[in-house]
Amino acid sequence: MDARVAPLLEIKGLKTYFNTDEGQVQAVDGVDISIGSGETLCVVGESGSGKTVTAMSVLKLIAMPPGRIAGGQILWRGRDLVPLGSSEMNKIRASEIAIVFQEPMTSLNPVYTVGDQIAEVIRLHQGLSKKAAMDRAAEMLALVQIPNPKARVNDYPHHFSGGMRQRVMIAMALSCNPKLLIADEPTTALDVTIQAQILDLLLDMKERLGMSIMLITHAMGVVAEVAQRVVVMYAGRVAEEAPVDRLFANPRHPYTQGLIRSIPRIDLAAVKKSRLESIPGSVPKLVNPPEGCRFASRCRFAIPDCRIAQPPLREIEPGHKVACIRAEETLL
Amino acid sequence: MGNYLLRRLIVAVPSLLGISLILFVLLALAPGDPFGELASNPNIPPEVREALRVKFGMDDPIMVRYVRWLVAMIHGDWGFSFASRVNVDTLILQRIPATLYVVGTAQLLALIVAIPVGVLAARRPYSIFDQIANTFAFIGFSLPTFFTGLLLILIFSVNLGWLPFVYRADIQATGWMWWWENFKQAVMPVTVLGLYQAASYTRYVRSAVLDVIKLDYVTTARSKGLDESKVIVKHVVRNALIPVVTLVALQMPTVFGGAIVTEQIFRIPGIGSLLISAILANDTPVIMAVTFVFACLVVLFNLIADILYGWLDPRISFR
Ligand SMILES: Nc1ncnc2c1ncn2[C@@H]1O[C@H](COP(=O)(O)OP(=O)(O)OP(=O)(O)O)[C@@H](O)[C@H]1O
Ligand code: SF4
Ligand SMILES: [Mg+2]
Repeated sequence: MDARVAPLLEIKGLKTYFNTDEGQVQAVDGVDISIGSGETLCVVGESGSGKTVTAMSVLKLIAMPPGRIAGGQILWRGRDLVPLGSSEMNKIRASEIAIVFQEPMTSLNPVYTVGDQIAEVIRLHQGLSKKAAMDRAAEMLALVQIPNPKARVNDYPHHFSGGMRQRVMIAMALSCNPKLLIADEPTTALDVTIQAQILDLLLDMKERLGMSIMLITHAMGVVAEVAQRVVVMYAGRVAEEAPVDRLFANPRHPYTQGLIRSIPRIDLAAVKKSRLESIPGSVPKLVNPPEGCRFASRCRFAIPDCRIAQPPLREIEPGHKVACIRAEETLL
Repeated sequence: MGNYLLRRLIVAVPSLLGISLILFVLLALAPGDPFGELASNPNIPPEVREALRVKFGMDDPIMVRYVRWLVAMIHGDWGFSFASRVNVDTLILQRIPATLYVVGTAQLLALIVAIPVGVLAARRPYSIFDQIANTFAFIGFSLPTFFTGLLLILIFSVNLGWLPFVYRADIQATGWMWWWENFKQAVMPVTVLGLYQAASYTRYVRSAVLDVIKLDYVTTARSKGLDESKVIVKHVVRNALIPVVTLVALQMPTVFGGAIVTEQIFRIPGIGSLLISAILANDTPVIMAVTFVFACLVVLFNLIADILYGWLDPRISFR
């Protein structure tokens, strides 16, 4: 991101906690992420690292209770969203920041036609008549390459396949020209061949509409393909952040290194049976998490100092930040 | 749609036939018959009694009598009430409006109470409101209608004298007064029956809303920037009503069972109290006809539920 222009979205020290029977889950605990205009940012991390909770916090879609935003700021074009009431948030949702979820099969309401569901958001934010909104919904379906859009607006979600439903979700999300699209694992639930099509569609839409994309994924292959900049999350915190080339060429957080090594290598797989290396251990529990670095229990570079205090996110080179006290020594 | 209805009606025919057959056999096997009174009356000579039995075919095999009843009924001849000395169909037509009026209004009241209360309770589970609603629902269906009914009569009719405690089908007043009188006499039975049903419906609605509210498409609706009230009404309640419709339809036999008791308590001249007096008088044709009408009503309400179901959920096709 260009440091001279103010970022579109700037998440600063975000903390989102959940009250549960076992105690307070610190799902997101001091996350900093920023996205510039027209940028494609990928957020990666294994299951449970807090990617979805971060995304949902931005739009304040976290169920409260049990959740709450316990600290930090979410600056949207300079304005903090955290203290905003629901009617103020509703003006931003979909019209400025839109979101696409992981599960296309369950993200559409089964009792309304897809046209109704797309037209609903258009009417809400652009005040079009029912007829005009319906026409616009058909245009959006055409834009996301759904064949025969004029007829298909009248179909119900169960008439569409998973990939087609995700196209509908994208059409819905983009129908009010948002400046930022948050896509939370938009392809994880789909067949491999469809995954590539949906990613292409997203990138194509980004070019046409000139928006920014925050793409959440846990597939490093996707990151390599689409990202400009990458944020690696681990156990509710940012572990590393860097431009994509630099991250793959010179990962400095031991967790990022593990993630990159775990990418299946087709060329090597032919020679050696399985080169897929997974990171031993699992994400620590986020109820009363350990002091210090949350990765320490799985880290081969861990030293006693790591367990004393949370390692700060340090900028070791311009645009490259690492939350590891030994970042200078972790060269592969 | 019309086709679908027709098919559902045709499917209903065998079940109604089955019900009527079982009813008929049960009644035929039950002790006592309408000629019991004739038998004990010394003024009637045995030959006359025998002639009557033959005339009415009382001694034929059950199956023959059933077929005879069925054929007659299809031709619109529902039999003759020995106790009231009028045709059964006349009797039922006289009595059924009161039943439908009370039961229908009570169901309406139950839904009008249960849907908002259930939705609000589910919106904030375990809140004060939810706990109060739950407590009332629990009390509501723990208290039998005969108890609450008598309690209300004691308070509002006997002590306060505000409401009549005998329901009359033949109100003398005209115009607005007629409506007013009708309203006054229906208040207690409708309240008793309606709130009793509302108690269980509230729990259905609450749990259905709790199930729906956490689904992904509700989050989608919120992400569009819709007002919370719009999200609830459009994207939660409509979907939550789908299972509720089924449960309410399954409750119909219980509802009519409850109506019988309520009619008895409030002396409502409906088919429920007709059934009780017919049973007491061993008036077999009336018992048969009324139970059969109840069966038809249950089937009818299930049909209405099916239609509602298909209207609420487009995944159910009418094809
Ligand atoms: N409503 C909730 N109540 C309690 N804990 C929650 C709730 N929602 C999320 N969490 C917890 O927050 C943590 C982060 O979850 P999140 O869904 O953000 O992970 P993720 O990175 O998106 O993972 P995935 O790749 O599986 O989608 C998890 O440990 C989860 O258990
Ligand atoms: S701070 Fe220590 S434990 Fe954490 S990643 Fe760095 S070396 Fe490993
Ligand atoms: Mg997730």
